[in-house]
Amino acid sequence: MSNKGARGRLPARFSAFDLMRRRRSWPQAWRERDLKSTYDVVLIGGGLHGLATAYYLATNHGITDVAVIEKSYIGGGGSGRNTAIVRSNYLTPEGVRFYDRSVKLYEELAVDLNFNVMFEQRGHMTLAHNDSSLRTMRWRAEVNKLEGVDSSVITPSEIKQLAPYIDVSDHSRYPILGALWHPPGGIIRHDAVVWGYARAADAAGAHIHQNTEVTGIDVEQEKVTGVTTSRGKISAPIVVNCTAGWSSLVAALAGVKLPIVTRPLQAAVTEPVQSFLDPVIVSGSLHVYVSQTARGELVFGASVDPFGSYSTRGSLDFIEGLAGHVLELMPSLGRMRVLRQWAGLCDMTPDYAPIIGPTHVGGFYVDVGWGTYGFKAGPAAGESLAQMIATNSIPELIAPFGVERFAAGTLMGEKGAASVGH
Amino acid sequence: MLLIDCPYCGPRNGSEFAWQGVPSPRPDPASTTPLEWRRYLYEEDNLAGWVEERWKHRSGCRAYLIIERHTATNEIRAVRLLGGTPL
Repeated sequence: MSNKGARGRLPARFSAFDLMRRRRSWPQAWRERDLKSTYDVVLIGGGLHGLATAYYLATNHGITDVAVIEKSYIGGGGSGRNTAIVRSNYLTPEGVRFYDRSVKLYEELAVDLNFNVMFEQRGHMTLAHNDSSLRTMRWRAEVNKLEGVDSSVITPSEIKQLAPYIDVSDHSRYPILGALWHPPGGIIRHDAVVWGYARAADAAGAHIHQNTEVTGIDVEQEKVTGVTTSRGKISAPIVVNCTAGWSSLVAALAGVKLPIVTRPLQAAVTEPVQSFLDPVIVSGSLHVYVSQTARGELVFGASVDPFGSYSTRGSLDFIEGLAGHVLELMPSLGRMRVLRQWAGLCDMTPDYAPIIGPTHVGGFYVDVGWGTYGFKAGPAAGESLAQMIATNSIPELIAPFGVERFAAGTLMGEKGAASVGH
Repeated sequence: MLLIDCPYCGPRNGSEFAWQGVPSPRPDPASTTPLEWRRYLYEEDNLAGWVEERWKHRSGCRAYLIIERHTATNEIRAVRLLGGTPL
């Protein structure tokens, strides 16, 4: 997509040797700008989706008069709280196509942005502990293959070869019957992705405004005219809601009501140990996923909390259940210590698919409802949103995800593959 | 983690309760349009603040409760039986 095969031409920006030799600090990655009173496009939310949209608006469509408005610091919401898993083995053909585009963009991202995003395609393995999940995995594998995505069902002995520490014996409480194996899946450094997009978007001319909160969206005769922020008013013909967690509240500023409930999703990380776990391991029945970072920490995630909330506090319930489930999978981890736990806010939609596209308010677009799958979708969402804004038409890739599907009754049904045990 | 003061069972761990969200009035199926019906099914206020929600004491007395909870802090200020006065 991008034509900036810049590898080899640009000097290394973050060399430690360079830092010592010249006794100067690394260059500033993105600038702080004055808030202009008008922009062509205002993107609300300085996370991965907003920054990626700004980047693709500039690089693919030459639209650079763009402001990204972030109420806190960039990447401080969902972009910095997810468990950094990237994959495309979804259940619906529309979902598979969309997330596969994102995987493809992630594969080229380090070169595109000249920023090491540490994408490690170590494989993604979803375990089946009962017949019905094995059946869903066969279904997913066939849909994936049809869309050209590498995905297959493997046996317990193959699981043991790929991840020797997993208990695949038949005398565990929930014996493992098989798994969906997805080699292109993996993990990425989520902060690096945010910083890489921010630096590239800034270099291309977009303005990134941190610590600036959108307090109102101005609508006249069912058309958006601008936004009111904590630093002043901005007039803009196009405003995009790229927020997560607070997307219902931001949409409500423009008078748009969404089918979204905000629910926290908790995660935890252990002390670092030597590398022993290569693929990402997911168990829907046990409500847990595990991966080992390059630094050696184990990152655990689970299903969303059992009630809607805007609170990002962790709970004892969660860590207790999580530890039990992880030990069920890998009994040898009994002595590992958890360093910290946290929560991110997930905008859950009834069909576990996002809401992207125009609303009944002209010029006001939404890119919301990203539930537990927003990070892996970032590049494809940004690219599609940029195309939608630039061409004023809805790209085929995101056409199934419009908000009108709830009124038309054409819901997506991605629940079986969206995350773990919702 | 929530501590919910059930009118029958006293203060109990929130994990015993099933959350059912903020109830909205059910439109009359005989006179409602498909669009209104789908709004009733899917659209949510999703407020950050005080809400009155319906919960069920699933692993306890199984009573349906109306709970006033702050969705940003998870503070609970009132628990009462659905359709009745507390004991």
